[in-house]
Amino acid sequence: MSYLELTARQRIPAIFDAGSFEEFLPPSKRIASPHLAQLDSPVSFDDGVVVGRGKLGGHTVFGAAQEGAFMGGAVGEVHGAKLAGMLRRAIDERAYAVLLLLESGGVRLHEANAGLIAVSEVMRAMLDVRAAGIPVVAVVGGSNGCFGGMGIAARCANTVIMSEEGRLAMSGPEVIETASGVEEFDSRDRALVWRTTGGKHRYLLGDCQVLVADDTDAFRGAALDAIAALKSGEVGLTLEGLLAEQDLLARRLRDAEGVNEPMELWRRLGIPEPASVPMLEAGAFLELAQQHRARLHTGEQ
Amino acid sequence: METLQFRFDRGARQLPGAAQLVGVVGSGNLEVLIEAAPLAGACEIEVHTAAVGFGATWQAVMDDFHARWSLADARISINDNGATPAVVSLRLDQAVESLINPSTGGAP
Repeated sequence: MSYLELTARQRIPAIFDAGSFEEFLPPSKRIASPHLAQLDSPVSFDDGVVVGRGKLGGHTVFGAAQEGAFMGGAVGEVHGAKLAGMLRRAIDERAYAVLLLLESGGVRLHEANAGLIAVSEVMRAMLDVRAAGIPVVAVVGGSNGCFGGMGIAARCANTVIMSEEGRLAMSGPEVIETASGVEEFDSRDRALVWRTTGGKHRYLLGDCQVLVADDTDAFRGAALDAIAALKSGEVGLTLEGLLAEQDLLARRLRDAEGVNEPMELWRRLGIPEPASVPMLEAGAFLELAQQHRARLHTGEQ
Repeated sequence: METLQFRFDRGARQLPGAAQLVGVVGSGNLEVLIEAAPLAGACEIEVHTAAVGFGATWQAVMDDFHARWSLADARISINDNGATPAVVSLRLDQAVESLINPSTGGAP
């Protein structure tokens, strides 16, 4: 079953153990955005996010799923508070792990500072969960991708799992084009958009640790494996880990010197035929990427 | 935004199970929250819609819905972002079916 095509509410039972998920603040509580109502805009009874607690492989895993079709999954005050509250409760109840199914354009600009604060609270809560020894895994495989503040939040997770169709970045394509002009970045060039933000690019650059085909069973299996691997190590921030990230970014900056096309960056990583990369199926791509992808020099898988 | 309310008395069909939500408030789409509620045998529907001035169309869609299902003691709440009448009808049917048979409900 395609993960990409499902709604947030359909993804939860497809990823968590069947029938195990218990939602906090379900739609029947009608906790909608007060800001959107003031702006005379449509609201949603769940403010675009499902949060709660379920089982994954029999363990109690807290989780969330953002709905990309409602305002692009953007984070408003209520949406962000639901995420942050779920994360804090995961610490209180000693969750086995946290699994975030992210799909978001970032801060909901209608809600201005309240949305910005909400996203920063989500990031802080994610790092608090990790500091409590609880692994945090993020999944990015929805058609709206994961951008802006939620793009940063995704990278606050221990492990990011993506599909080729998923996209992860700070500024979205249309934001770049608006700010810097179509000569800088043509947001309607879909191949270019995926080359610069898509799952394969993120995997080659080391921003995501696992790449899977667009399939709910593949995502579920990858989440189970990632959590199992993280349970045996340190999941909080460490100086060694941060220095390794810094080293990865310094190498990227060096490799990207004078490059304005992702395929050239892939070539510099050692990929022999970069133009063939976008057409490869997940399995063939992973085989090729294995030898060449950038990675942390600290024993990351 | 416009708020519309509908009430149909003397329904015949009681709803089983817990509240269900179907659909998403995306462009041209809507979400339907359906739940059992003690309403003396009536079905109440509240619509919040971004498309102002279509009360008569909503009334016709709701009349048809009631003719199909005749729900009793049911509360239906809708957030609409400009869905067409056909989409509204399908979502309403999907909402009822998601309660009657939860395993097949909830499709987008």
